[in-house]
Amino acid sequence: MSAFRIEIRVMPRASLLDPQGQAVSHALHALGFAEVGDVRVGKHLVLRVDATSRDDAAARARAMCDRLLANPVTEDFQLQVEAA
Amino acid sequence: MRRVAIVVFPGSNCDADTLDAARAAGSDPYYVWHKDGDLRQADVVILPGGFSYGDYLRSGAIARFSPVLAAVTAHARAGGPLLGICNGFQILCEAGLLPGALMRNARLRFLSRPVRVLVEATDTPFTHLYSVAEELVLPVAHGDGRFVADERTTAELEAEGRVVWRYVGENPNGSTRAIAGVCNAGRNVVGIMPHPERRNAPALGGTDGARVFLSMEAAHATQHAGGVRAGGGHHTGV
Repeated sequence: MSAFRIEIRVMPRASLLDPQGQAVSHALHALGFAEVGDVRVGKHLVLRVDATSRDDAAARARAMCDRLLANPVTEDFQLQVEAA
Repeated sequence: MRRVAIVVFPGSNCDADTLDAARAAGSDPYYVWHKDGDLRQADVVILPGGFSYGDYLRSGAIARFSPVLAAVTAHARAGGPLLGICNGFQILCEAGLLPGALMRNARLRFLSRPVRVLVEATDTPFTHLYSVAEELVLPVAHGDGRFVADERTTAELEAEGRVVWRYVGENPNGSTRAIAGVCNAGRNVVGIMPHPERRNAPALGGTDGARVFLSMEAAHATQHAGGVRAGGGHHTGV
């Protein structure tokens, strides 16, 4: 077993309204950052996981996303695995 | 008198109101703690409103794995009436017992006020004492009430008459097609964002929510009279 650090990015699906992202975009415009276009707000999770290999760690993390960490109706996720 | 199990999660806060509303309708309601695996021969199960697990991760995402959900799912799959109110609706969606999901309100504000809804489906255990197109005033109290489902699912809900309540006049949270409540294909599992239990007596500003609980209680008599009850085989699965 080795320790891995897994970073998971969960984002609201592109086709769905993201009111938090819109509010942030408006606030940035109000501060004078006129160059800002679309903003989307998601979640970033960092997990420390014991696994036999990097592939094993990634497979387990994907299962965690499918079951709990991301909602398949509204969110997409990406993950990155590195040795801890 | 129907036995009504009201599931209590850490963070539930409408459990007592729901118990009172069920009792006022003539039912025999009792609490079931989320760690219990036994619904104690419930005829009906209600997941009440609140903020289970502080809405951490997503509303309902963690409650959906509570030990009691196995028994709740079995009850639903056997055709038993199951109602999710507000956070209960969110939990049922997370559990896959109802389609779609409930996301942050479009205008980001937590809404706590009366809204107008139309009853669109009266062939469920919780709405059969209403009339189709009847307009109700019910309170909402939610931050994550925007119903979202993909186009195929929403088309299916519309085609099968599974939109049970719809906001009318305004769409307070930006829900897809102004959907305020839906049911499953078997029509025994129902979810609603507004709070019927907070509008079941004149002292609470109106009685528009009372028939949700009266329907639930009256279904008992009807089903006995017809000699059909859950498990009789006419209920379809979830």
